[in-house]
Amino acid sequence: MEKGVYLDHAATTPPRPEVLEVLEETLSATFGNASSIHSFGQEAKRVLEESREKAAAAIGAEPGEVIFTGGGTESDNLAVRGAAYALRDRGNHLITTAIEHPAVLNCCAALEEEGFQVTYLPVDRECRLEPARVVEAIRPETTLISVMFANNETGTIQPIAEVGEIARRKGVAFHSDAVQAVGKVPVDVNALGVDMLSMSAHKIYGPKGVGALYVRRGTALRPIVYGGHHEHNLRPGTENVGGIAAFARALELAVEELPGATEHLELLKEKLASGISERIERVSRNGRDGDCLPNILNMSFPGTDGEALLLNLDLLGIAVSTGSACSSGATEPSHVLLAMGLEPLMAQASLRFSFGRDNTVEHIDRVLQALPDIVNRLRKVGDSRAFR
Amino acid sequence: MPAPSERVVVAMSGGVDSSVAAAILKESSLDVVGIGLRLVGSDEAPGERRSCCGIGAMDDARRVAEKLGIPFYVLNFEEVFRKAVVDYFVSSYLRAETPNPCIPCNEVVKFEELLRAARGLNAPFLATGHYARVTRDRDSGRRILERGTDRSKDQSYFLYSLSQEQLASAVFPLGEMEKKDTRELAACLGLKVHDKEESQDVCFVGAGGYRSFIEEYASGTWRTGPILDDSGAVLGTHGGLHNYTVGQRRGLGLSTREAMYVVDVDPVRNAVIVAPGSRVRGQERLLLERMNYVSIEKPGGPVEVTAVTRYRKPEVPATLLPLDGCRARVEFHAAQEPTAPGQSVVLYRGDEVVGGGVAARVEE
Repeated sequence: MEKGVYLDHAATTPPRPEVLEVLEETLSATFGNASSIHSFGQEAKRVLEESREKAAAAIGAEPGEVIFTGGGTESDNLAVRGAAYALRDRGNHLITTAIEHPAVLNCCAALEEEGFQVTYLPVDRECRLEPARVVEAIRPETTLISVMFANNETGTIQPIAEVGEIARRKGVAFHSDAVQAVGKVPVDVNALGVDMLSMSAHKIYGPKGVGALYVRRGTALRPIVYGGHHEHNLRPGTENVGGIAAFARALELAVEELPGATEHLELLKEKLASGISERIERVSRNGRDGDCLPNILNMSFPGTDGEALLLNLDLLGIAVSTGSACSSGATEPSHVLLAMGLEPLMAQASLRFSFGRDNTVEHIDRVLQALPDIVNRLRKVGDSRAFR
Repeated sequence: MPAPSERVVVAMSGGVDSSVAAAILKESSLDVVGIGLRLVGSDEAPGERRSCCGIGAMDDARRVAEKLGIPFYVLNFEEVFRKAVVDYFVSSYLRAETPNPCIPCNEVVKFEELLRAARGLNAPFLATGHYARVTRDRDSGRRILERGTDRSKDQSYFLYSLSQEQLASAVFPLGEMEKKDTRELAACLGLKVHDKEESQDVCFVGAGGYRSFIEEYASGTWRTGPILDDSGAVLGTHGGLHNYTVGQRRGLGLSTREAMYVVDVDPVRNAVIVAPGSRVRGQERLLLERMNYVSIEKPGGPVEVTAVTRYRKPEVPATLLPLDGCRARVEFHAAQEPTAPGQSVVLYRGDEVVGGGVAARVEE
């Protein structure tokens, strides 16, 4: 059998060799506890702090502003819940968008159960938040705004700098989930005016289970897990030095290679998008032209079902997604596509292709060879209720 | 039957039968794709394992598929299952009928919706682990549904409502297997499921039984009412018609001298009618609705058959008389215990399923 074609890099990425090398090396040679006083501990501490410097440099931050966590979801939890609790005496109102990742949305839902109020801002047809909406939503008791950097299903980039400017003017803390954006587009925390920014290693060819939260100096934040005095008292637990070193290396490489990588990904994306439009009738593209990530393409194939398309492609060794991996298996159509105003059936008939550094033009050709027959067959067979 | 290397989807529940069915197809060099059906259970309590619908069963099915080296996916059929099976089951009981939920599950969930999904995956065939056989009559070209070779496991009763088109796409790899051979084969193949318990008939009702399931599902829609004898005298109070079925003797809560049997459940009067065994009249004929003819087209006149009025009940000789539309009458050669309305009655000629229908409330 031919080797599989992996087009689901927004779900996760294969760790790259340079990163694996750092991971293995650190895990075996730098096993000390970074809190220990002896030389083994000091060595771990040194690697930890070097990694913090690298990670900070990648986003234009000070090393002291980077808190390593157990991944993107934990970073979002620390930011949203940690800030909401820390600022509770000032207000109980949060603002976010309807298209956030469940890591943010479900934090907000949990906070609502605890008496917080949350405004979920809508997006336009292109999946983009209108900054004026943020201004309208701010109340005296608003303490936090959380807007994702780029959407994980459509790739649409949000007007983060504008929202940052508004937040600063109004004196409201501002968090952005940049899990999909970091390493794909330039991210500079000062230019953006964010107070907190979530990152994850495994979306940029690093290991799973490690990420970071950028926390601007002076931002009010409370830990959400209690333990020792690690990570500026915000994230207790013996530091995952191997994972952190690997993450820092992955981040460093991604930022270094950004210009060339962007060009490569854009080329693949546009080749697939135009190839699909040429070969298959009645398809549409979801997202925004320009202002979007170079590696995510979301398209609708009306008259079919995304899950049926996914399974057919998988049987041919081609891996894609119907949205975020977390919602697979659920029957509900994507909350992101619905928020953009797509009809439920149209949202259900959508696929996300997300490209990576190992993808080639041949991979795109294989998809273009397979997809027309599959779409035609599904349109002929009719929609199965099972795929809904 | 599919030709070698053709694609076939097999419905996998994680149980022995469907696992072995998948294994047999794989051994026959077919391009086998396993599909698990999620029917209930996204709100299932952790740790609770229902017989064939739950998440735990899907994990078993996935392990079997891995062992066999076939792709496996779980598809969500909760909505169609709720509409076609659970709603039908509950509303039948509330109408004082006694349904067979497995029949619409096969007809609608598996051989309509799952078959459509299979066709979408470029698989013209759908296989299940039923003990039944499908053959093709050379002269008429009709698909004939036959009893499984293992008469003690035969499940043709649950498949009588399939159309000719559905039967043409159906593959039953266990049709000629004995249950013990199935278990042996499962053990040989190293399938861990080989000593798993048999699944229950009503897979979705849970440990509380079907009565409490109905009471929860349809809460507020049933009422208590009188238990009457055949002269109309009130003997007691019933706790909702769904607790009673024709022929039932236990659980009536009556203190009569003679044992009483339910002879009718009357939704119009919301009453349960009972009579002593000595006055239970045998049933000589029965009106069937929603008739489906399998081995023959709708006949022009009477056909001699044997009738099965409930799953696993011995067959009895009868004459089938086709009526207008989808109705038919069955005349038993000897009077029978009454059949509960809503029950499926399947008619056979030897091993072949002639057809079947659902017992109507009133006999003409």
